[in-house]
Amino acid sequence: MKLRLAVAAVLAVGLSACAPSTSSPSSLPSDGGARSGTLKVWLFDEPNRAPKEAVVKDAVAEFTASHPDTKVEVAYIAVDTRSERFKGAFNDPASAPDVVEYGNTDLPEYAAAGGLADLGPTVSRWAEGADLGAEAKASATYQGTLLGVPWFLGVRALYYRTDIFQELGLKPPASIAELTSTARTIRQKKPDMFGVAVGGKYTYAAMPFVWDAGGDITSLDSAQSRAGLTAYTNLIAPDNCPPQQCADLTGGKTVDLFAGGKAGMGILGNFNRAAVDAGAAKGKYAVVPLPGSKPGSIAPAFAGGNNLGIMRNSQRPALAGDFLTLLAGKKYQTRMYEAMGNLPTLKSASTEVAAKDPFLKPFVATIAAGTKFVPLDPGWGKVDASAVLPTMIEKVATGRATVDQATAEAAKQIDAALGK
Amino acid sequence: MTTVATAPPRRRRGLTPLWLLLPTAVVLGVLFVYPMWQLGLLSVLDFRQAQVSGGQPTRFLGAENYTRLFGDPRFWSVLTATVAFAAACVAATLAVGAGLAVLLTRISRVPRLLLSLAAMAAWAVPSVSGSTVWMFLFDTDLGLVNQVLGLDGYNWMYDRYTAFALVGAVVVWHSFPFVMVTLYAGIEAIPRSVLEAAAIDGSGAWRTFWRIMVPILRPLIAIVVIQSIIWDFKVFTQIYVMTRGGGIAGQNLTLNVWAYQQAFASGEYGLGAAIGVVMMLILLVVTLLYLRTLRRSGEPL
Repeated sequence: MKLRLAVAAVLAVGLSACAPSTSSPSSLPSDGGARSGTLKVWLFDEPNRAPKEAVVKDAVAEFTASHPDTKVEVAYIAVDTRSERFKGAFNDPASAPDVVEYGNTDLPEYAAAGGLADLGPTVSRWAEGADLGAEAKASATYQGTLLGVPWFLGVRALYYRTDIFQELGLKPPASIAELTSTARTIRQKKPDMFGVAVGGKYTYAAMPFVWDAGGDITSLDSAQSRAGLTAYTNLIAPDNCPPQQCADLTGGKTVDLFAGGKAGMGILGNFNRAAVDAGAAKGKYAVVPLPGSKPGSIAPAFAGGNNLGIMRNSQRPALAGDFLTLLAGKKYQTRMYEAMGNLPTLKSASTEVAAKDPFLKPFVATIAAGTKFVPLDPGWGKVDASAVLPTMIEKVATGRATVDQATAEAAKQIDAALGK
Repeated sequence: MTTVATAPPRRRRGLTPLWLLLPTAVVLGVLFVYPMWQLGLLSVLDFRQAQVSGGQPTRFLGAENYTRLFGDPRFWSVLTATVAFAAACVAATLAVGAGLAVLLTRISRVPRLLLSLAAMAAWAVPSVSGSTVWMFLFDTDLGLVNQVLGLDGYNWMYDRYTAFALVGAVVVWHSFPFVMVTLYAGIEAIPRSVLEAAAIDGSGAWRTFWRIMVPILRPLIAIVVIQSIIWDFKVFTQIYVMTRGGGIAGQNLTLNVWAYQQAFASGEYGLGAAIGVVMMLILLVVTLLYLRTLRRSGEPL
């Protein structure tokens, strides 16, 4: 009996002591924290990282020269597993970085988790802050709080191999129908190449087809969305990109394929230029906007891009702000454009590079034609992390489900995640 | 031991074992009871990313995570796949391990040494690197296997069953050495006279294995079977690395990888914990049933 009481007592104590840990993020040190010490920075890894790393290295050197007794530790994290890494950082402030690069689609999720610091004061103090357009600022604002500085914009367009097109007497496609027939011609004439490299896991290549047809992510089971998805999955077929090889391709893999000369066309971003120039396709390609179904139209592109932010747990927010504004400033945005093809977000920088470089013309035209975005909802992170859209595309591409079945299933999951 | 136990007075002897067990109990408590308690607790809470970072209050849900789980057709298909995959892996691991253990007792020193070294190497390779190397070998475009077999462009991960078979082969490759070494040691310990008597009575290798070795090795076999069931049911690394987190359209998901996706990628820690609890219970039941049948068949363990 005594023993039983003791056990009950221990359990009772345990119940209160063993509740799952919840980290309450400490608020920013009001004085801006220490002005020296080590600043931890997380940037995204890239298919071809060396040029990015070189620019960042210069920025770090400039920063440490003007800030005595500081060290900057830069880590490059894999994009595929960023969700887990960021959650780990939110939950364990001790190992979290100070400055982070993050995808603009992740903003609502990180904001809801309370992981990012308010950058309003930092940006209003920043001399170049005024150069940031209202639209750019709005894209990094969640429920009235500015949680990031847009670092670069990324839109995708159609890269094609000029040498192959010339050899086969082809013209850059001006509609989705032409894109499909051109791709089939290339595959037919050159069986060891894919017409256009498309992948089952490459959501941002598939969505323009859906948007062009008048569909959207939040209404995947509509007739328009289904028509758009059909247009995309028709490309994952033996006469262009066989499901055996293409059903599980990610966007990064299609970049590798196009850069490596294994594909006649690819739906790649402006930020993939460095990777393509490092491959066999160097100097033998040109870019046009991804066409829509109406001849001459442009399919709405996904307005991708990355922001720089400061973690709410950072112990050196003032120092982090200094580094962030240096890296996001015109000088390094321009350098990042030269290194990676990243489209600058500062107005003066973007007009400057667009005027200088004809490569940007199709991307600027794509942006001008109107872009689309994923739902601004904390639940989007869950949709993304549980691979709802890739699963839908893969099911159709491998013939495991019809377009109607796959879209109905995905729409249900998305509605559940977005709490509709 | 007995001399120590008889020396102190009667009452002290009753308490001594408890004191001696205390350090172990503390270690076990910290390493097992506390995490299991946390797992069970999380599985009845509404505990998502927002709750972890303190953005929203934690709510008690009762069995809601479990009802959600059992109501999800995905869970049942993943569970079926996991059980079938684990069963196939256990059977294959035991067959390969036992076959090679018998082989080890019959070959001369140099081949025996080579076989042992090869097995040890497979055992020692960390599962992430092992899986990655196998991935390279079976790569669609550049893999050695496809080049040798002339299967250029054949994607081993495309079909659900070839993908499972390939991952299964890697799992077996990683785990057969343990079975082989354990059974080899057991076979070596069987008295020569018994085996000789069997041979004189005209028993062949097959018959000797089933009628002499297996009954004598029953306790050892019980250990390797249970170990294999636990390992193969919980397999994570090979699936996660080789099928890139569950294969095309999630066709190669197993419970462990799915729980990881739910908990860490989607931030549904409560639901992930519920999957963990279900897995633990299944393993517990399987292990108990297996031990019971062994006991029933007459051999004390």
